[in-house]
Amino acid sequence: MSSLLNTGRPPVFCPGCSHERITHGLDKAFQNMGLSGEQIVIVTDIGCSGLFDTFFHTHAFHGLHGRALTYATGLKMARPELTVIVTMGDGGLGIGGAHILSACRRNLDITLLILNNFNFGMTGGQFSATTPSQVQVGSGFLNRLERPMDVCRVMSSAGAAYAVRCSSYAKDLAQEIENAVRFEGFSIIDIWGICPGRYSQRNKMTPQIIEDSLAKLPSRTNPIPENIRKEYGRHYRELAAEQTPVSSPAKIETKFHAPDFGRKEVVILGSAGQRIITAGEILCLAGLTAGLNVTQKNEYDITVLRGACISDVILSPEEIGYTGITSPDIVLALSQEGVDRRKHLFDHLDKNALIIRAEKIHLPPCNAEVQQPDFKAHKIKSSDRALAALSFLSKLKMVIYPDMLESALAHRFKDNILASALDLVRRVEGLGA
Amino acid sequence: MVFCLMEGNEAIAWGAVASECRFFSGYPITPATTIFNTLLKLLPPLGGMCIQGEDEIASIGYCLGASMAGLKVMTATSGPGISLCSEHISFAIGSEIPIVIVDVQRLGPSTGSATRGADGDIQFLRWGNSGGLPVIVLAPVNVKDCYFLTIQAFNLAEKFRCPVFIASNKEIAMTRENIDIHAIAKPEIIERSAPPPGKPFVPFEISSGQLTPYFLPIGGNVPVRQTSSTHGPDGYITTDSDKIAEIQERLKAKLVSSVNGFSFHESYPEERADTLLLTYGVTARAARDAYKAQKKYGKPVSLLILKTLWPVPQDLIREKAGNARRVIVMEMNLGQYVREIERILPDKKIDFLGQMDGRLITPHRIQEVIAHV
Repeated sequence: MSSLLNTGRPPVFCPGCSHERITHGLDKAFQNMGLSGEQIVIVTDIGCSGLFDTFFHTHAFHGLHGRALTYATGLKMARPELTVIVTMGDGGLGIGGAHILSACRRNLDITLLILNNFNFGMTGGQFSATTPSQVQVGSGFLNRLERPMDVCRVMSSAGAAYAVRCSSYAKDLAQEIENAVRFEGFSIIDIWGICPGRYSQRNKMTPQIIEDSLAKLPSRTNPIPENIRKEYGRHYRELAAEQTPVSSPAKIETKFHAPDFGRKEVVILGSAGQRIITAGEILCLAGLTAGLNVTQKNEYDITVLRGACISDVILSPEEIGYTGITSPDIVLALSQEGVDRRKHLFDHLDKNALIIRAEKIHLPPCNAEVQQPDFKAHKIKSSDRALAALSFLSKLKMVIYPDMLESALAHRFKDNILASALDLVRRVEGLGA
Repeated sequence: MVFCLMEGNEAIAWGAVASECRFFSGYPITPATTIFNTLLKLLPPLGGMCIQGEDEIASIGYCLGASMAGLKVMTATSGPGISLCSEHISFAIGSEIPIVIVDVQRLGPSTGSATRGADGDIQFLRWGNSGGLPVIVLAPVNVKDCYFLTIQAFNLAEKFRCPVFIASNKEIAMTRENIDIHAIAKPEIIERSAPPPGKPFVPFEISSGQLTPYFLPIGGNVPVRQTSSTHGPDGYITTDSDKIAEIQERLKAKLVSSVNGFSFHESYPEERADTLLLTYGVTARAARDAYKAQKKYGKPVSLLILKTLWPVPQDLIREKAGNARRVIVMEMNLGQYVREIERILPDKKIDFLGQMDGRLITPHRIQEVIAHV
């Protein structure tokens, strides 16, 4: 294959910059692999490494600092056949840290070339995540306070199955790149180089120093045996193919007539864990079985199994606008913290309003009628009281009828859960007030 | 009748599927998470993808990559996540990457209240990008709008190659409602257009009469360039001021000059009314109740519900304001969109009703403001 270098746009690096060697190494790897331009996308980060896409006749995607791996992920997921190469400097390594760690955990078939020259070349040679502590760079004394990151060690800890380091001056650089590209999974090459514009102005840096430094580091086996696993994209498609299709949203046909009392507003006051939201949903579903318009607006705290939980449900033959409730027709008072959260609601209840109250719930003074089903005697536990209260309500034939409720349950639940829900609502039959 | 019971977030997910969206990526955040949950069930069996990003920056970044690969993409988040998305929103604007971004607004500032509603991001959505170029923002009122406007959002994103926001609100997103989803007339689905054959592809080249460049996907048979840098038609960085000015002007004009074609709204004019209620989002529901009550009591007011907020549908607003002497603007914040109305209608008396405490503005409160002359 011929070179993919863009002869109209030759590299523009500083004289002596090792990025130029990497440009040619990458081109050679493409040639050796027999790849053509439309089979490759080069995704580039910011800084000098961000220029790479312009030197090649391939697909190109140049974006924001540290985020190159995010675009590469979207591209590779959408186009699994594409060879995806990301070039990023040691600056991108720092700012994009979360993305690199995720890429290591995910193992999507992308090759990341870290063009590691130990400083931010383009902006003035500031220290990066790999700058040694003892060198002089553009950040004053600040790099003396931080410890440089060992890229391959961090990547392999994060789950990368392929992480090697090499010198920009290595004779087999093209082969190193090819090996990484051929690896099916996320592969990283930490390529050490010289920044003549900044770093080596004040610090002695030669190909020999790079080679000696690399030789002092422990050698590693690649791929990394303990991290070898399925490639993410392939695995994703395998698991996706096993998922059950959902063809359309669940529909509810009108088959009953609702009690003819017009719009009804119901507030369910309870606590997390009492299945308040589910009860509100069932009440809505019951309304739908009679062709009513319904809304369910919920209020709860950010804690999952603690705190007040409230559902405001409106059932109406007319279109429903405002979804809040200030003066409900029915209040199901099922927990003290729920009642306390809406204590001002009780000021607005008129004498036609009905409160269905669980045992031991203290209500603020109000004009409404109060009924108290004997949940305890019927051994209805706290988490079942919302549904039991709906059953009790259905028997009063003011908002919904029992057949609407049972039909709603059949829509919402299946098998054993449906059987026990139906058993519960039928048990409430004759639950004396 | 056949109804579905659905919350706004689920309707957005179904709208996305109906729009042929096949890539969603998001990060968990209340009150937007149920969009993610729903699409995780819907997309993979369709051969689509639903991915959890390591953060919101990554989630939208994945989407930008997948969009350039040719898929219709969406992300969904809330105020804190939109804040993180900012750099990628700017990218999508400047580099013309189609994407739908759902902002299920919650009470701010900052992390604020995860389970309380607000419309606090309305100016932020417009101006939260570097460069300040326009975006499209649609605002649903109910579950039906969540479905319908999502399809419109995808169509606009494809047509104009830009980010399109759906400015939802916890009070729509997580409120369940009946919806006859099959009775909603589905708009024709628009795709980004490929260049006519025969000419070399130049990724940002504009032929005369075009508002947006033709699209070819990254990964197709022709190498395609995409860049976040200031670029010329060839997709390479440029320092040519004339080329730069031309592209910036076009990025602005393509949306601002087209808004009359997508000024979604509901209008309830009353001939004798001296007052116009003007609102958007969930507050429109209370406004509609107030409108009905005023009519019933023989003191009618007109009502305009905007569903396209940005670019500001100025012609529509001026037309609907008509002869009204007074305009009452209502929103769940301390005064954001009202600024636009004051700017557009300088000769009207503009009254403002705002509330930012997690509670809905009530019809009763609106009627009090109407009565308070």
